[in-house]
Amino acid sequence: MTDQHPEAQVVLRLDNITKRFGKLTANDAISFDLRQGEVIALLGENGAGKTTLMNILFGHYTPDEGFVEVFGQRLPAGNPRAALAAGVGMVHQHFTLADNMTVLENIVLGTRSLWRPGFGRAQARQRIVSLMEDYGLRVDPDAQVGSLSVGERQRVEILKALYREARVLILDEPTAVLTPQETDDLFATMRKAVALGLSVIFISHKLHEVMAISSRVVVLRHGKLVAEAKTAETDRAAMAQMMVGSEVAAPVVRRADPGEALVTLAGVSTPDIGSAPGLKNVDLELRAGQITGLAGVSGNGQTALADLIGGLLRSASGTFHVKGNAPRGWSPHAAISAGIARIPEDRHKTGTIADFDLTENAVLELYSRPGFSRHGWMNWRAARDFAAKIIKGYDVRCPGPETRIRLLSGGNMQKLILGRVLETAPSVVLANQPVRGLDIGALTYVHEQLLAARDRGAAVLLISEDLDEVTALSDVIHVISEGRLSPPFARGALTPAELGVWMAGDGFEEAPHAA
Amino acid sequence: MRLEPIANPTWTRSLGLPALALFATVVVASLLAMVAGAQPFSVLGLIVKGAFGSKFATLETLNRATPLIFTGLAVAVAFRAKLWNIGAEAQLYMGAVVTVVLGTGALAWPAFALLPTIAVAAMLAGAVVLLVPTFLKTRFGVDEVVTTLLLNFVVLLWVSMLLEGSLKDPMGLGWPKSARLIAEARLPRMVDGLRLHWGFGLALISAIVVWVIQRRTTLGYEMRAVGLNPAAARFAGIPVNRVLIKTALLSGGLAALAGFSEVAGLKGSLTLDISPGFGYTGIIVAMLALLNPLGVVVAALFVAGIFVGADSMSRAAGVPTYLADIMLALALLAMVLAIMLTKFRVRRD
Amino acid sequence: MDIFDILLQASFWTAAIRIASPLIFAALGELICERAGVLNLGIEGIMVVGAFAGWLTVYLGGGLWFGVGVAMLSGMAFGLVHGVLTVPFGLSQHVVGLGITLLATSLTYYCYRLALPEVTSPPKIDAFQPLEIPLLSDIPVLGPALFNQTPLTYLAFVLVVAVTLVLYRTPLGLALRAAGENPAAVEAQGLSVSAIRIGAVMVGSGFMAVGGAFLTMSAFNSFFFEMVNGRGWICIALVVFGSWKPGKTLLGAVLFAAFDALQIRVQQTPLGADIPYQIFLMAPYILSILALVVMSRRAQVPAALMVPFNKGER
Repeated sequence: MTDQHPEAQVVLRLDNITKRFGKLTANDAISFDLRQGEVIALLGENGAGKTTLMNILFGHYTPDEGFVEVFGQRLPAGNPRAALAAGVGMVHQHFTLADNMTVLENIVLGTRSLWRPGFGRAQARQRIVSLMEDYGLRVDPDAQVGSLSVGERQRVEILKALYREARVLILDEPTAVLTPQETDDLFATMRKAVALGLSVIFISHKLHEVMAISSRVVVLRHGKLVAEAKTAETDRAAMAQMMVGSEVAAPVVRRADPGEALVTLAGVSTPDIGSAPGLKNVDLELRAGQITGLAGVSGNGQTALADLIGGLLRSASGTFHVKGNAPRGWSPHAAISAGIARIPEDRHKTGTIADFDLTENAVLELYSRPGFSRHGWMNWRAARDFAAKIIKGYDVRCPGPETRIRLLSGGNMQKLILGRVLETAPSVVLANQPVRGLDIGALTYVHEQLLAARDRGAAVLLISEDLDEVTALSDVIHVISEGRLSPPFARGALTPAELGVWMAGDGFEEAPHAA
Repeated sequence: MRLEPIANPTWTRSLGLPALALFATVVVASLLAMVAGAQPFSVLGLIVKGAFGSKFATLETLNRATPLIFTGLAVAVAFRAKLWNIGAEAQLYMGAVVTVVLGTGALAWPAFALLPTIAVAAMLAGAVVLLVPTFLKTRFGVDEVVTTLLLNFVVLLWVSMLLEGSLKDPMGLGWPKSARLIAEARLPRMVDGLRLHWGFGLALISAIVVWVIQRRTTLGYEMRAVGLNPAAARFAGIPVNRVLIKTALLSGGLAALAGFSEVAGLKGSLTLDISPGFGYTGIIVAMLALLNPLGVVVAALFVAGIFVGADSMSRAAGVPTYLADIMLALALLAMVLAIMLTKFRVRRD
Repeated sequence: MDIFDILLQASFWTAAIRIASPLIFAALGELICERAGVLNLGIEGIMVVGAFAGWLTVYLGGGLWFGVGVAMLSGMAFGLVHGVLTVPFGLSQHVVGLGITLLATSLTYYCYRLALPEVTSPPKIDAFQPLEIPLLSDIPVLGPALFNQTPLTYLAFVLVVAVTLVLYRTPLGLALRAAGENPAAVEAQGLSVSAIRIGAVMVGSGFMAVGGAFLTMSAFNSFFFEMVNGRGWICIALVVFGSWKPGKTLLGAVLFAAFDALQIRVQQTPLGADIPYQIFLMAPYILSILALVVMSRRAQVPAALMVPFNKGER
């Protein structure tokens, strides 16, 4: 590791950056320096302003006030080209790769003037290969990006930045999509980069990672820089407190009292969905009064499992029972009728209809039930009353049931969905990434509701990429990898590292691959 | 630049921008009329006068609006569910063919039984034409824009074949024209002595029915949900494909009523030129009406007025009638832009 | 004469290639637009504009190649309108495309009526003549079919090669394909998605207009209403058929044209005389629909086709 002298050269300086979106101040007078050979961890809750700040730094947004300086040169605002040319490379949370092109093509995209006749495939390949060796990033340059795993895609993103001779690497939540082992590889790459003189800004909210890799911590809260400290001089509890602004209370989880199995899968397989694997010979029981957690890196079959239980997918083989019966004509409608409450992975794309008002969204799953409609005629009065009840009962902050849902915050949107599915007293709750992108208040609320549903006797399946969330809430944990499901582990039976082995797919014996 | 949603657009914005769009259309059309050597404002005056200047002109406009209300409704219904039905022209001709097949003596029923029968049969035929592309969309994922467009050509050629073959009027002196409908199959006039047939009344009733369906029924709710976000609709248990098929039935049926009303109400027989593109113009009508069924009536009157007015203006001022089509195309493009700008603000980053 | 005999005639293949030429231009134009992520339903109208602009230029005394240039520029102008409305403003590509088709068609007819108020039968121009390529045109069947065509046909084939090279071998092509697959990838590299997409729509529209100009300048030698007659819509089907690849699209256009040429000839046989001619005229449209159905399974649609890109929104 290089040492971090305070007198090491400042490579990047943010000065008084302020950005407002309407009434919201996303960044409020933020200033800090990044020195050569340093890894700064930028910590903050969802919505604290990290991503906005990085978008300004990279030129996607123009700040209302303040400026960015790289190697002493002030960057023109709102110009990604200038940021790239100055040596700032960014690895976005959502990859910016074209699936229909090869790794090499993605890397060289935009590096040459568009009017040049060729893109110098041979030289490009040489440089890429040598970069891969220097930084320990392995990936086939001629593979189509569409066929790569998430971890490989991230390597391509990093290579893209290095190919452009980035001196400053910004990694936006890079570990959210990685197994613990892949995370270690990423950290090895980061250490090599620092040793070669680069500087890194690492955005995360996972404290143990921050402790492991960073030399300095910058904490944002509600758009303000609230703390800056050397990593060595602080600890996890202190960082957590800086992030949230108060002591973080872990949810109190009482012992579960599991009942009968409400959903049973035995040897279930489903077809692959594009590049995402389907289920491979999966055994699973969801018991009443118990939270079953599903850990795993995203894109390993979670979608297939959620879609199967949620009614969007049918099993290709194996037995799938709901409350002891093999459902016929399995569909979303059938799942709802069977008492399965579904909290979808993406509340914007599948959970709600943005241009519908709250009333219309509240009855989205229920409109065909007696009470809300009769002989094909809607009963809007009943629908409005239902929406009003949810708004009150689940603390949805909004002007009223006539508000279009696109104007609500993610947390309030999620509360409406929660209300919609929990009001019908479901016996099974399928929660797929239920707190993704929520602030701490909404997150706690959702977790409390899930625990309450469990205590009422519902069988809860919690799917999350956040291992900490899964281990905190679940009574029983399964790990999913490449569509295969681990046996159930009781709470606390495995350490995070041991779970990581399963997440990487290494715990499975020669599991029989059902076609 | 970047687009930023506006939470609560002001009244001036919601009304001013569409008004500005229409104004811009008029300005450009005036300039084009000047190019043709006419006085710009007199051209506009002539159009208005030609459309609504006399009882005769007004009735002509109402008659012209009738098929446009039907095709406009057909498009509005389909587009609301994001079913891109560009095939109203074909569905219209199907309705017309059925009207001729059943109305030229095949069924010797009294009018009160015959007319509803023909109307329903025509609607079914139109619906079938749209079902084919809809099925290809739901089953194979084939884009319905292209298939409905291509089917227009197929159906028109088929009608041409019929008019030179089995449907040809033996008394027609060799013209590709069908026999005339029997009296019981003709739509009566709405008011004695006025040249306005009940097709117009049927169009108004249809607009109200469609409005009620969209606002008050589960089908209307489902159609809007499917149109706005099919993934969310499917997730919520709405049978997306079934809704699309019901939408196609309704949309194709409405477009077919245009053919029924033109043949049974206005022309009395079928020729290849009963529709000067009513099916395509229905798209403009629907867009100008913002897909609102009641708005379709107003928009159809506006569009019909421009067509009728441009015809008489052309005779008087010597400006080609194509000015009417240009105005409509401009109005369409300017209007969709204006509507978008009422909901979004343009920002420099 | 049976179908087999027809297929062996050189004149049959010459006709097929001639019929394919406007489709190649226009389909290539549509392909460029769609590869960048924009469905251009203005194609039908833009072909009308191109047909008229090229013809009028020559009719007023301009040179043939100058006419092609004017046609291309007029197509690009409509492409600019389409691009601005659908790319930065993100308006519905369906509605704008149909609007452009209506606008382009009616504006053309309007100008035609203004330019020639009196004529009933449109005047002919001295159009492109077949240019026989020595030696190559002596190859049996293939020679006359491929090497005894007008210069515009040769241009169509050259463009297919050129577009393929640009798409797959140049930085510009990379950026264009990326814009149609994941515009965020383009923006992250500091390139402007809007500029690339608008540029693609303009160039694509220019090609469509040249396709239209082929009709008046290399096939019918005169301009009349309804002359494009759904060719634009067929080109959209051809692009799907060709899986958004220039070579396969060319192949599709030639196959389609061969079928079209065949039906014209079969109509003239005793067998064809018993079948109403409308059946033959319907065939190309039905064939296009069938092609769409068959290819729908395998098609590799550009992932961001018809998806507007609003900067910074992710």
